[in-house]
Amino acid sequence: MWKMIVRRFLILIPQLLFISVVVFILAYFMPGDALSGLVDPTMTAEDIERQRELIGLNEPLPVRYVNWISAIIFEGDFGQSYGHKRAVTAVIGDRVSNTFWLSLVMLILTYLIAIPLGILAGRFGGKWPDKAILFYVFVAMSMPTLVLGILMILTFSFNLGWFPSSGSVNAIVLSQGTNWEIFVNRVHHMTLPAMTGALLGTVGIIFMLRANIIDRTASEYVKLARSKGVPTRVIFNKHILRNSIIPVTAGVGFAIAGLLMGVLFIEQIFGYPGMGSLFFESIGRRDYAVVNALIILFSVLTALGMLISDILLTVVDPRIQVQ
Amino acid sequence: MSEQEKLLQIRQLETAFRLEGKYYNAVDFVDLDINKNEVFAIVGESGCGKTALALSILQLHNKNFTRIRGSITYNEKELLGLKEKELNQIRGNEISMIFQDPLTALNPLLRVGAQIEEALYYHTDLSKRERKTRAIELLTAVGMTDPELTYKQLPHELSGGMRQRAMIAIALSCDPKLVIADEPTTALDVTIQAQILDLMRKLQKDMHSSILLITHDLGVVAEMADRVTVMYAGQIVEYGTADMIFKNPKHPYTRSLLASIPNVGENLDRLNAIKGVVPTLRDMPRTGCRFAPRIPWINAFCHEEKPSFHEVEPNHFVLCTCYEDFHFESEE
Repeated sequence: MWKMIVRRFLILIPQLLFISVVVFILAYFMPGDALSGLVDPTMTAEDIERQRELIGLNEPLPVRYVNWISAIIFEGDFGQSYGHKRAVTAVIGDRVSNTFWLSLVMLILTYLIAIPLGILAGRFGGKWPDKAILFYVFVAMSMPTLVLGILMILTFSFNLGWFPSSGSVNAIVLSQGTNWEIFVNRVHHMTLPAMTGALLGTVGIIFMLRANIIDRTASEYVKLARSKGVPTRVIFNKHILRNSIIPVTAGVGFAIAGLLMGVLFIEQIFGYPGMGSLFFESIGRRDYAVVNALIILFSVLTALGMLISDILLTVVDPRIQVQ
Repeated sequence: MSEQEKLLQIRQLETAFRLEGKYYNAVDFVDLDINKNEVFAIVGESGCGKTALALSILQLHNKNFTRIRGSITYNEKELLGLKEKELNQIRGNEISMIFQDPLTALNPLLRVGAQIEEALYYHTDLSKRERKTRAIELLTAVGMTDPELTYKQLPHELSGGMRQRAMIAIALSCDPKLVIADEPTTALDVTIQAQILDLMRKLQKDMHSSILLITHDLGVVAEMADRVTVMYAGQIVEYGTADMIFKNPKHPYTRSLLASIPNVGENLDRLNAIKGVVPTLRDMPRTGCRFAPRIPWINAFCHEEKPSFHEVEPNHFVLCTCYEDFHFESEE
């Protein structure tokens, strides 16, 4: 098991290097550079040129790449954000924990909703619980994040006033409250965005789990188990459910990757100060140092998600043996 | 026949499947008796209702789409209409099943040992350790070379033949009185088939149980069966002892089936296939001789309007009178 994990991390290194090259080249071809957002109308062309020379923008592309990547690898330095006039790591560091907790809560909520609903729909395939759940699945499938997000804000924040419509924590609570009050306040802020993401994220999982359960119920090994006189409830838990949950587990990695992309939009809609809003701000400002760092961070998280689902698979599927 | 003890009696069995809201009989008023300590074979092409009949005994069909009527009595106990809980007392314990495809019929996530012990858990009061001992005994009995290892293996680690042996071990785990074997050798290659058949025959003799053998393979029937029933389009068309059916086949369907087996050494340009196909559930003729459309060169008045059984020799029965005038098309 540990060997596999170490090996997976080793494979990650060339993958990430490749991503970094692609990201760097893409940023290079984008219009504008780090200075475009900072140019003052009073500046002369020579001033700009001098500044470009100073920060190394006139070096050839490979040299710039090597400078960038070696700073990351050897010093953990992602460079300076020209937009924020601070180190990229510091800029991201402020936001990363917000996004991390939001994503985690969203992921947990997603599975908490999806697995019971998927099981229910599969167990009562074709009957009314199944039909009701399928109705929800189709609505959620065709619902854009933006629309649901705005509906949630309109209903629960504007009309009912139960939850705040934006932000991650109330500034007054943050400065004066106890730790417990701050925690409660953060959860309160997180609820709407996390629910929005979870309600939409459940779709694929419910659908897959339902289809698996219906498929396994008709399988030959379930017939064999029935012919042995195993009670129905045991057959469902031991023979049907266990075989159905494996593909869902394999999907956790993809769910984590998809989640990160979903979070980007949800943070925008709910004005949640996380990496998502930072990402879009930075693209707008041509702050490529931040954009590149974020993409690499997302890549690492995606790869970690895949690793997590592989580890989970070895736990639930005895056929997978790690050598 | 009457002096032998009856184990299972099937009377007027109808197994109907629902298609677009209407029920169609896949098994159409079938009567049969299985005695103690015999191998009873049901033969027929695919789609004749053999498997539908086999699954009806333990009621393993999906209840939402199936309707079973008539009577199935096991040791004078009526099985139809029993509650799921009562059926589970009989399933695996008194009557067990061997399925066609050992690749799909074993749960891929459970170790072979666990799948054998599952039946023991519900039908015996053996302790955990005794169950393991019994499972290894069974694996030895079905001819596993390394039963201790197989006990711990997952189905995908076994070959097709070994998986079928494991399935036989499961079926035999609680000393059932009747084993229903639904095409037990169809998914195996020929050399393995022979081994599995020998094994089943031997175990049947040792355990004094009966086997209901469902197959389309007449070679398997010849090797195994004491008595044979031929099924066509949901009905029984001929039944008798294996000797009678093979030496003196009467019904045109039985004769056509036997004629369709190519003999080694005989040089045939074309195989003697039976014309046409078994009618689908929906298009099945419900009156007259159901085999008539596949032997169109036989005069219509040779068939009975309401086919009934005729005793051609003691204990050998044939449905419909068309057997009297039947000849193969090539013999005209």
